[in-house]
Amino acid sequence: MLAIPEIGWSDLTPLLPFLILCVGGLVLVLIDALIRGRAGFPWAPVTALLPAAALVAYAARWGDAVGETVFGTMFIEDSFGSTVGVLICIATLLAVFLSGSYLDKVGRTRGEYYALIAFSASGLVLFASTTELLSLFLGLELLSIPVYVLSGYLRKNPLSLEAGMKYFLLGAFSSAVFLFGGALIYVTTGTTDLVEGLRLGAGSPLAQLGFLILLSGLLFKAATVPFHMWTPDVYQGAPTAVTAFMATAVKAAAFGALARVVAAGSPLWDNIPLTQVLWWVAVLTMTVGNLAALTQTNVKRMLAYSSIAHAGYLLIGLVVFSQTGDHDALSGMLYYLLAYTVMNIGAFGVVIYWANHEREHLEIPQYAGLGWRTPALGLAMSVFMISLAGIPPTAGFFGKYYIFRSAIEHGFHSLIIIAVLNSALSVYYYLRVMVALYMRKPVATLELGRSTVVGAVVAVCAVATFWIGFAPDAFSFVPGVPSIVEWVQGAAIAAR
Amino acid sequence: MGEITTNHYLILASVLFFIGTLGVLGRRGALTVLMSVELMLNAVNLILVAGSRQHGNLDGQMIAFFVIAIAAVEAAVGLAILMAIFRSKESINLDELSALNE
Repeated sequence: MLAIPEIGWSDLTPLLPFLILCVGGLVLVLIDALIRGRAGFPWAPVTALLPAAALVAYAARWGDAVGETVFGTMFIEDSFGSTVGVLICIATLLAVFLSGSYLDKVGRTRGEYYALIAFSASGLVLFASTTELLSLFLGLELLSIPVYVLSGYLRKNPLSLEAGMKYFLLGAFSSAVFLFGGALIYVTTGTTDLVEGLRLGAGSPLAQLGFLILLSGLLFKAATVPFHMWTPDVYQGAPTAVTAFMATAVKAAAFGALARVVAAGSPLWDNIPLTQVLWWVAVLTMTVGNLAALTQTNVKRMLAYSSIAHAGYLLIGLVVFSQTGDHDALSGMLYYLLAYTVMNIGAFGVVIYWANHEREHLEIPQYAGLGWRTPALGLAMSVFMISLAGIPPTAGFFGKYYIFRSAIEHGFHSLIIIAVLNSALSVYYYLRVMVALYMRKPVATLELGRSTVVGAVVAVCAVATFWIGFAPDAFSFVPGVPSIVEWVQGAAIAAR
Repeated sequence: MGEITTNHYLILASVLFFIGTLGVLGRRGALTVLMSVELMLNAVNLILVAGSRQHGNLDGQMIAFFVIAIAAVEAAVGLAILMAIFRSKESINLDELSALNE
């Protein structure tokens, strides 16, 4: 045991983004209790202050954050963690604005929803910023439990309840699996820090087994085959704004934690066929996701399978990293996560925009002719679909390009051939949405909803989709602001 | 044969964990599945506490306390979702939760 160190306020500054989100969530609960459910409180703008403040906290300490740790190694502040944290905060910020309008439309605006989003975001930040078993577990639960509740938030809606139940049972199961793996590493080595534990236990079969079990718990959160079965049901049944949050913020944190754990396991890389395991997981994930997406008619379910497929592409970064330790692979992954966040939030935003007070329009055939009826939204949806399909000059294309390039440099040719074939396959179901938008005659006149806030979010995402893809250097003339490419490259190096 | 070592605890915990896993994957009642998850978490606690004893540090015991608290939180949330489902469906059989599989 270490002696208890003196802790001053200044030692807590690396924790600031986490504290802002966590304490902010508590304040939201208090506000909710004080105003006793009176309508009219601006929940969404107030909640949005939290991720915005966390972003400011990240920005203020940018560059100072070189592997500083708080409470032993319980919380690591490095540029990798900060980058994933920034992704999480951006996704949370956008999802909160989507939520405001969505909850108004379904008539369920309540304070606890926003408190839960804030708690979950704090868990996500913790999850991506540590290699300590206890912090990882706490982060995992702190991010998951609010999302279970949020998935079942519309408790008059059987689909939402079913999503909540399924996510809860499988999520609790995967947390237990994750912890079992961690406990095996601890019992072999006597340390709860994974970096130290896996270094000490590199030769021990028990620790190796524990590492693989722990990894499978994480792969569940990242929604990869064979741990993907929950994804379509939960994404379809959960409130759409929550789905947008899960598909982006949770995914970013899950891949951040995966990268950290794979990096912590570097002493084991020679002892277990980690690269082969991840190779197969990546190939199966993208193939299963894309094949299943082909036949979907529900747009949320289609985007759920598409998110599985994208998890497969993201895993390519980890496959390359686990073989070579090359940080370019991780920076490709981070770049792709950023691209994926904006295009996915945008796509869900369009779905929410069109929903009216009675119902959401989730079947793709219902979108017939909407590209002509609401030209701006139709155009934005087309941009997101093109980007998700990976067609240049959008964010989705360059994200794939950076990941695939590092894989080709290290000789993963068969993997990239499979990935490119998969991308080609995916064009079919993304373009089907555009065909419906522009080339089909509307069957019946839909009553469309509208929302200025969601429109603004969609516009921001559409612009960002182009900007990230087309001109990643657009802001690099501002002193101190790196281009996105430099930014993620700088971040990845700190991962080990 | 007389002495109980960490390995014995490991074997016992693994058996418990395996039983829990079978319960989660095989049973259809939501309550039974919830109890199986608790069994898995407690199997992990057993490993953590045994490891703590073996290595002579308190890290494992500390984590075990956190696990107990979080298991309670999970149970509270899970039972709340279960209640809501029971109110609308009068059943908590997981096979009847299939509206999302069309």
